[in-house]
Amino acid sequence: MSGHTPEEIHQEVRRYLWVFGLLIIGTIVTVAASYLDLPSFAWTVALALLIASVKGFFVAGYFMHLMDEKKMVYGILGSTVFFVIGLMFLTIWAMSDPPTNTIYP
Amino acid sequence: MEIPYVTEPRKDTGLYNAKVGIWLFLASEVMLFGGFFSAYILLRVGSVEGTWPTELLNVPIGTFNTLVLIISSVTVVLAWSALKLKQFGRYKFFQAITIICALIFVCVKSYEYRDKFTHYDVILNDGTRVDGHLVEKTDEYITLSHPLSYPAEKGIAYRPIAIELRDNPPADAETAGHDGDAAAAHPAEEGADEHATTSDSHGDGHGHDLTIQMADVKKMTNWGPWANTYFAIYFTMTALHALHVIGGALVIAYLWGPGAKMWKTDPERYTNRIEISGLFWHFVDLVWIFLFPVLYLL
Repeated sequence: MSGHTPEEIHQEVRRYLWVFGLLIIGTIVTVAASYLDLPSFAWTVALALLIASVKGFFVAGYFMHLMDEKKMVYGILGSTVFFVIGLMFLTIWAMSDPPTNTIYP
Repeated sequence: MEIPYVTEPRKDTGLYNAKVGIWLFLASEVMLFGGFFSAYILLRVGSVEGTWPTELLNVPIGTFNTLVLIISSVTVVLAWSALKLKQFGRYKFFQAITIICALIFVCVKSYEYRDKFTHYDVILNDGTRVDGHLVEKTDEYITLSHPLSYPAEKGIAYRPIAIELRDNPPADAETAGHDGDAAAAHPAEEGADEHATTSDSHGDGHGHDLTIQMADVKKMTNWGPWANTYFAIYFTMTALHALHVIGGALVIAYLWGPGAKMWKTDPERYTNRIEISGLFWHFVDLVWIFLFPVLYLL
């Protein structure tokens, strides 16, 4: 991260407190949203994951300083994201190809 | 021999070595938890309609634990900022809060686990399903407090409806036959199960203790990881996460206690250690941010 002068650190601290407030609000909204009467369960899942992703963005971006990191870190995380997406796609593909003939006489 | 790049960044990576190390480690952690989330999705989506249990966990307790982890995350960055400003006392204060928050999280999680391990699900020979908290269990009988009964064939996903019917019985419940849902939610009270005996030890309307003879029990299990697929994935994921909380808290506590001597000899290196342990702690928080809605709310 940048910001190493005392002024910049104080600025960072103010930002941390803002993010803290947003995370608290995000948690309350997550719980409140789960009680909403949405058209389908898919909407409930999408909304819950959207709020969780926003909260995750704030934690990773500001607390873990990913908003202002070196290319090396982005490279490591970029390759990780690639493989995680691949993993999730494997799950989706597996759903259309369920195991059959698993019971033998 | 002095270890290179402990504090100063390497020219090729632009980072000190420990930071490259922790990010590589966190990348492997993302894959680990990614695998479990993937397994969860497969189990959740692949479950037969109406069989996935919901509302078995205590949302207020889960919310409380989420807030505890968020507080601990902010105190970690505030502690690190304090070191950057050479305010060691302030660092000690904030990091002490982090350790306390970790302890609170683990205690609350243990309470939740205990609550589940002492909650029994009993299927009777007559097709009734009864669940409640264990009061006493012998070879002859089992006694459950706050029992909830409903037809076993409806599956555990029916449980929230049974609770609703128990707590807010429809107006015609008094006259309803035993085939109705309202009656199904109250078989013990209405004598539907001739083998069960009740005693109202709490006097709150539905706080009976229900004693069931073992001879009438077809199947019985507590709400441990072996109870069903939901609890299997719940315990696996939350226990793995709890291990991370304990591991992270141990590292933070060591650096806060005996490891703090380094502040006097090499403050910059010590500050970097706090940053590295903090990155791990934020990751633990990040995982919980996704675990909480997935397991408690969906």
